Amino acid sequence: MVGDTKTLPEGRTRKRRSFHPRYPAVLTSPSLIYYAIFFLGPLAILVSFSLATQTGFNAISYGFDTSQYHLILQSLWLKIFERTLVMAAAGSILTIIVGYPIAYWMARHLSTYKMLALMLVLVPFWTSFLIRTYSLKIILDSNGYLARYLGINIMYTKYAIGVGLVYNYLPLFIIPVFASLERMDWSLVEAAEDLGSNAFSAFRQVTFRLTLPGIVTGALLVFIPMSGEYIIPDILGGGKYEFVGNVIGDQFTSAQNQPFGSALSIGLMVALSAFVAVYILLATKEERFGA
Amino acid sequence: MRKLLSAKHGFTAWAVCVFVFLYLPIAVMVLFAFNKPTASALAGFHGSNVCDIPPTQLGNMTVWNGFTTCWFSAGLHDPTYIPAIVTSLKIAAAAAIIATVLGLCAALALARMNSWVRVPFDAIVYLTLVVPEIVIAVASLIFFVQLPRYVPFFPPLGGWTILLGQIVFNASLTMLVIRARFVGMGDMLEEAGYDLGSGRLSTFRQITLPRLMPAIVAATLLSFTFSFDDYVLPAFTNGTTNTWPIVLFSAVRFGITPAVNALATIMLSVTIVVIVITGLVLRRSRATTAAPAQEPAKGLGASLGLG
Repeated sequence: MVGDTKTLPEGRTRKRRSFHPRYPAVLTSPSLIYYAIFFLGPLAILVSFSLATQTGFNAISYGFDTSQYHLILQSLWLKIFERTLVMAAAGSILTIIVGYPIAYWMARHLSTYKMLALMLVLVPFWTSFLIRTYSLKIILDSNGYLARYLGINIMYTKYAIGVGLVYNYLPLFIIPVFASLERMDWSLVEAAEDLGSNAFSAFRQVTFRLTLPGIVTGALLVFIPMSGEYIIPDILGGGKYEFVGNVIGDQFTSAQNQPFGSALSIGLMVALSAFVAVYILLATKEERFGA
Repeated sequence: MRKLLSAKHGFTAWAVCVFVFLYLPIAVMVLFAFNKPTASALAGFHGSNVCDIPPTQLGNMTVWNGFTTCWFSAGLHDPTYIPAIVTSLKIAAAAAIIATVLGLCAALALARMNSWVRVPFDAIVYLTLVVPEIVIAVASLIFFVQLPRYVPFFPPLGGWTILLGQIVFNASLTMLVIRARFVGMGDMLEEAGYDLGSGRLSTFRQITLPRLMPAIVAATLLSFTFSFDDYVLPAFTNGTTNTWPIVLFSAVRFGITPAVNALATIMLSVTIVVIVITGLVLRRSRATTAAPAQEPAKGLGASLGLG
């Protein structure tokens, strides 16, 4: 990416340079072969499974059977897709609301302790995901202190799942937004304020616009894994509020309906791609208006 | 001026709240590593070590019953958890090393390559990061079950298949981390080395590799952490092999004993040490490359492939 922008203006000087350091293209082949076998291979077999016919318990015959995809379009399964995407979107928005001020605070108001704050954001992210979720369960437990003394009993509801989503993905959002805030030229904000804009409109018209790419990246980084989430709905939802990921998992463990599970997986990928495409379109459109 | 000050205080208060939110579950985890069994469980127990009470008879361990330190030694001698942790360490180390080698090779070639090769490669890399893990997990499960039918020497489900599956995501991660650094450091010093008569290989060995080292170390550690903490992919491709997250998950389902918290607390301490070391390595890399003394976070942000 950087290389492209460099070659044009420096094109003339390049010719005189004695050495143009490049590494042989063959170096990409180990990764390419690996991806072809262990990434594209499984995806290809997933597609062929989704079009296969279940002939018995755990037995299938290959073919071109689209009935599994018709099955997904039933309201029961569509509802689970809708729920998953809505929860992931709500979780992402909540993460933005909770995380953006922290990133802003770290970039704007901290100097000596900036690195420490960044470490503090990262440490939970590098602690076992399962244990953190279980600890959250202890806190939210209906016999726990929160329920007994504050009357907040949200265990095994979508609210508990929402708390779990925000909790687990918050660091992943804060980091890219913090990076974009760090890159920002704060004198622009001062200029806006000098020119008579108040603090809030300076933020809205300068800081927010300039860090929008970071927000877009961060939101995507949390939205994508949230929509494929498997553990949080299981532990904090108690199986009562399943995501698509849980239904897919069930098809390969308890239900043993692999063609349907494969079709659901493809469906999730398609739904996710559509959502992400629309999101990027909208986000970049906004950016264009701002510029 | 007074208004600016109050805005700053508001942000600080919000930050304190969020840090409490982030650390409360971790504090609970550490605290409950010292939790005693319930009074009724203690009354019915006649041994000397209260941590010998079987997990099913501990009573309600989600409330505080009293202080004990015996779970640490109970955890360290546990016949299920310790082998699972060892398995996870081995798989994560192998995945991290192989992924770093793959990622380094690809990053070197890709960074200065024509876009017609780079774009399709990048498309695959981003696809490996964007496809939900549960989808990759079930796809790998089918794939690893089918493959031995056609490839006779292919291993059955187990540690090997977990490793093979995890390398995909990790190789993409390491490639992005190393490439971000490689692109950022430019090619002037390499050119200088070449002008001064150094060959291709020795230029790489004496100039490029040492300058890339912080990124390589960061990529390896990051990959190790992801692999070690990964539940979903191993849960579907493990066969009968148990990794630490897998035994944790079944423990979480059926109620965990404080021994798990004790082990997690020990690992948290180790993680903090590792993070501090990583931070120091990154700081040194910033100092030695004499990059414009701009954002202190660029190293970390970029090393996570986000910058």
